[in-house]
Amino acid sequence: MKNLKIHTENMYLYYGSKMALNNVSIEIPENKVTALIGPSGCGKSTFLRSLNRMNDLIDSVKIEGNIFIDDINIYDKNIDVVNLRKKVGMVFQKSNPFAKSIFENVAYGPRINGINNNNELTEIVEKSLQNAAIWDEVKDRLHDSALGLSGGQQQRLCIARTLAVNPEVILMDEPASALDPISTSKIEELIVQLKENYTIVIVTHNMQQAARISDDTAFFYLGELIEFGKTKKIFTNPDKKQTEDYITGRFG
Amino acid sequence: MDNFKKIKDLFKNKKPNPADKIDITRKRFRWSDFIAEKIIKSVAFLSITIIILIFIFVFRESFPIFNFAKKEKPKTEQVSNTQEQYGVETTAPEKQEQYGVEETTAPEKQEQYGVQTTEDTTKGESFTPQEVTESGSTTDNNKSALKTLPTKVWQPVSDNPRYGLLPLLIGTIKITLISLLFAGPLAILAALYTSVFAPKRLKELIKPTIEMLAGVPSVVIGFFALMVMATFLQNLFGYDVRLNSFVGGIAMGLAAIPIIYTITEDALTAVPKTYYEASLALGASKWQTAFFVILPAATPGIFAAILLGIGRVFGETMIALMATGNAAMMGLNPFESVRTLAATIGAEMAEVVFGDTHYNVLFLIGSMLFIFTFAINAIAEFWVKGKLMKKIQGK
Repeated sequence: MKNLKIHTENMYLYYGSKMALNNVSIEIPENKVTALIGPSGCGKSTFLRSLNRMNDLIDSVKIEGNIFIDDINIYDKNIDVVNLRKKVGMVFQKSNPFAKSIFENVAYGPRINGINNNNELTEIVEKSLQNAAIWDEVKDRLHDSALGLSGGQQQRLCIARTLAVNPEVILMDEPASALDPISTSKIEELIVQLKENYTIVIVTHNMQQAARISDDTAFFYLGELIEFGKTKKIFTNPDKKQTEDYITGRFG
Repeated sequence: MDNFKKIKDLFKNKKPNPADKIDITRKRFRWSDFIAEKIIKSVAFLSITIIILIFIFVFRESFPIFNFAKKEKPKTEQVSNTQEQYGVETTAPEKQEQYGVEETTAPEKQEQYGVQTTEDTTKGESFTPQEVTESGSTTDNNKSALKTLPTKVWQPVSDNPRYGLLPLLIGTIKITLISLLFAGPLAILAALYTSVFAPKRLKELIKPTIEMLAGVPSVVIGFFALMVMATFLQNLFGYDVRLNSFVGGIAMGLAAIPIIYTITEDALTAVPKTYYEASLALGASKWQTAFFVILPAATPGIFAAILLGIGRVFGETMIALMATGNAAMMGLNPFESVRTLAATIGAEMAEVVFGDTHYNVLFLIGSMLFIFTFAINAIAEFWVKGKLMKKIQGK
């Protein structure tokens, strides 16, 4: 059947003494778009960030249970977190290009991986920008500051930056939440294209967006994974009443 | 106040009186706003005015040096003659100590010291210019002083005073460079460590400790440099002159570190945390993130910090007086004694005759300090912010 990319077993996460994730077990398939939905504060972003161990940056976080990527437990003691994050890239809710030129933003990832050949870098930058569907808009001003781009362009630049290190999984934390409909649709198209080569996990508050672009959908509520299944099924005929209530807008 | 009462009524579920409706048709004059604004404005302008007034005063006192419109005596030959003699004299290193003694003496003792300094050279010749200078008017003194300004000898208290500013200038630049080379990397790296790497508790310990160094009076740092550091560094590096620009530079670096550190640390901490996260999410290690993302993003703040550091060192007087040896020597060797511009004013202003040429030259030095500080700031503003920033952060 389908190949598993990420799966978790009985995962618990605590901020200090407060439980943020409660017994989450999920199986995310390879080369598919998986959407995580749920009301604010339900733990979906927390879950996403634990997939590339960004939660390590917060001192009070404690994690129990197992998270496997390609059947490797990423919370094992011997895991190299730096390389894990090369494998599992992340695009954040707020676009956060560095205060550098557009070119340098994209070239940063390859550079820190030891690629210093200029021709090679130029090639990677061009390809990444093309894959992120922003090349035509920025090709004439690659050496201008990235901070001068519009919000939607900045977000696509961030996606290009993530693509440039060639990860296997891309985590997206509400990548289109601050964008206008046109930019949003561009990013949605992009995500659908990207799933050919990458496994994508996306957190979104936009129900239509989840329905449009994802193959599977997980519904989180109060730190628990309520329901996980094919997007079509979740949106048309969910098993749980809570899911139905949330999707139809009756609570949350 | 009426509005406030109305809101209170609203919360008590009372119906507001229709007569109390907010009136927007009449423009009200708000006294408190007006007064507050004027006070803030006048305070801001007051500080600017004070700076301008200080500058005008300092420059006015130095102005007589350039003013020699009255009749001239053809005296230049003699002056240039003696110049050469003294030039020879000063290049002898063993004479340095004597000059130090000389300068601290009151002007009326000139004759005695004149004898002292001329002991080495032929006596007959050097006595003649002494008589000439004493008989000459102030304008003539100023004129000859002006000619000596770009020379290599600073010898304001002598029979034949020379006011060569070059050694002072070079000494100041030398000290500034040494202290910046010492303090800059140290302070910036310390700031990088505390803002990126250090655990929170350690940061709360390191930051106040380094900032406390800013509260140490410069006379204490100078004393420490004079008594402890000078000996220690001499033993370590084995140079000849105990007090020199190296010791002075390091001591002034100690004074500049907290300034550079604090402002750099603030600039680094102000870099959005999202940069840090984004870089880590791309698979960068912590130090790669620190050096290639956070440090470049904080460059404007770091340059401001370095500029303030330069300002501090440039104008530092006490440490320069105590730790640099105070001998006005030219030369690029960092282990030679130097005399800085600020230290010269500090050492000589109290002893100088009011309105004298020497007095005017000291004020000229003051104006120079002013102008240099402005120039450094201007260069930084136009070059660093204009060109360098574009290179680092994109156009």
